[in-house]
Amino acid sequence: MSLETFIQQLTNGVSLGSLYALIAIGYTMVYGILRLINFAHSDIFMVGAYFAFYLIAVFRLPWLLSAILAVALTACVGMTIDRVAYRPVRNAPRISALITAVGVSFFLENLGLVTVGARPKPFQRPELMAKVVRIGPAAISGVSIWVPILSIGLVIILLYVIYRTKLGMAMRSVATDIDTTRLMGVNVDTVISYTFAIGSALAAAGGIMWACKYPQINPLMGIYPGWKAFTAAVVGGIGNITGAMIGGFLIGLIEIMAVAMFPSLSGYRDGIIFGLLLVFLLVRPTGILGETLKEKV
Amino acid sequence: MGKHFFAALRRHLNTFLTLMLVGLLFLALRWANTRLDDFTLRILRTGAVYIVAAVSYNLINGITGQFSLGPNGFMALGGYVVALLMLPVPQKQFVWFLEPLIWPLNSFSFASTWYFFGLSLLLAGLMGAFGAFLVGIPSFRLRGDYLAIATFGFGEIIFVLANNLIPLTNGPLGMKGIPELASVYWCFGWAVIATLVVSNIANSSYGRAMKAVRDDEVAAEAMGVNVFQAKMLAFVVSGFFAGVAGGLLVPLITTISPTLFTFTMTFNLLIIIVLGGLGSITGSVITAFSFAIASEVLRAVESPMNIGPIHIPGIAGMRMVVFSALLVLLMIFYRRGIFGQFELSWDWIRSLLTKAAGEEVRKKWTRGKTSS
Repeated sequence: MSLETFIQQLTNGVSLGSLYALIAIGYTMVYGILRLINFAHSDIFMVGAYFAFYLIAVFRLPWLLSAILAVALTACVGMTIDRVAYRPVRNAPRISALITAVGVSFFLENLGLVTVGARPKPFQRPELMAKVVRIGPAAISGVSIWVPILSIGLVIILLYVIYRTKLGMAMRSVATDIDTTRLMGVNVDTVISYTFAIGSALAAAGGIMWACKYPQINPLMGIYPGWKAFTAAVVGGIGNITGAMIGGFLIGLIEIMAVAMFPSLSGYRDGIIFGLLLVFLLVRPTGILGETLKEKV
Repeated sequence: MGKHFFAALRRHLNTFLTLMLVGLLFLALRWANTRLDDFTLRILRTGAVYIVAAVSYNLINGITGQFSLGPNGFMALGGYVVALLMLPVPQKQFVWFLEPLIWPLNSFSFASTWYFFGLSLLLAGLMGAFGAFLVGIPSFRLRGDYLAIATFGFGEIIFVLANNLIPLTNGPLGMKGIPELASVYWCFGWAVIATLVVSNIANSSYGRAMKAVRDDEVAAEAMGVNVFQAKMLAFVVSGFFAGVAGGLLVPLITTISPTLFTFTMTFNLLIIIVLGGLGSITGSVITAFSFAIASEVLRAVESPMNIGPIHIPGIAGMRMVVFSALLVLLMIFYRRGIFGQFELSWDWIRSLLTKAAGEEVRKKWTRGKTSS
């Protein structure tokens, strides 16, 4: 492999990885607080991309404004899903909550298929993202540069919220011990609602940037990115935000590099990631940064 | 002899009754096989295959309480085993026109003999069980929901392999012209076997261990239940029957391709066991069979309708929207499903009858008393 293709693939892998990281954070936050795999998260990612698409194509809003509005709307969708579907099963056996999550995920996908149709739609990306930049010998698309920068910016804001605000303190507290937090006078349901809002907003941002990277959107576009991001969350150590980021970059790089180095494996790229997931569960189930979760009796 | 016979009958009454019921079912199938048309028979056979899949899925999800998303992967394994073994040799040469099928599969076929079909179904089941064992090792060492993730990942790996291992699976094109061997006897025979095996496991000490794990894993472990072993047994048995179900489905519809066993298959089974009641085998059997019939009937929902002057255009895919909304609503409002954890058993029927008879006797007796 020549140096320039290497640099191209590296930036490609980093930008893909940063998208996985954004989605993985949503999974890991919800899991950290509720011990629930939010299967619908991958479809919230899709919903975000569609909101942006319709705001741009139908309402003719400027690109940046549509993106911000789409993120806000998707955050509301995330809160609604929590309120309508997850809150009623919060005290039910864990398997009920998981089945509900699978149901919500399938509902969003099929509702998408029925309402907007299965045909992929062309996503209009801004000039900045479409432009090709030359760095040294390599030609790199604007997406590969802007996506990691924007993602890291969003993660810095998130870390500020979590470690420097009252809401963040409440979230960390709920993740540690939900009952004690309730006794301390924190409205736990509101905190969980905000967690879903933040996670969904990040997923929407990821979805919009994904649509800039691969400018065709369809109602099932979230499934594979979602599962790979979940793998990233497990690999990084589920419940751990820094771990989710490391896992995301790792998965993105492995996926791109494996195909770049062994082109004959390109058909197996999804299988490689899921195989890695099984290996990690066998060898180091707590992930890279995770600590052993103690079962509360 | 008579005395011994009746003593044995009394002791094993439930077994005798079950055998009689199976005999009745056999007679009903013979009648159906000669009198009913192909289309109806096909629906009945699909219903029986759904029973095999749903009952086995309920063993791991409902009875052991471990959330698996795996049946589509195990069914795919079983389906490919049967397809590869039963496809006639000339058809194999015809189907693999890009790359030849690997040796030794390209040189032989089990052809259409019934005992070889039975053997290949067993192999399909063993393949499913082996797959379940492989996924179970990493998942069950951990507490929590890792099984859901691992089984989903496994299903996707199978999908990717089926699409890419062209010399073995013929990739996305799949295979066609598989002999239609899954007769009503095979399908219902396996439905009976799966139901009996799973309900006997559920009522054994192993089954009680599984239910203990479902209700409280920590308490079960403290009481000396080997949690890993209980989960693994449930999962491997479940994988076995899922493999058989896949192996029955393929010679029923005579084709196979990777898209036959997608996540939608698992989702349908999930709807079935939740609606029937997680943990109720009776519920799974009845709902699975009804589901197969209902999904034929519900096709009408998606086709355009004319109600008087009003024209409703058909919306393809509406069925799945309704199903997924139904699943969420069931979980929120009606978590126990139709049957809860109720099981239809001979003891239950007998207690019902004796209760009714007792009522009758009591009434007669009291009437007699008051009149005299």
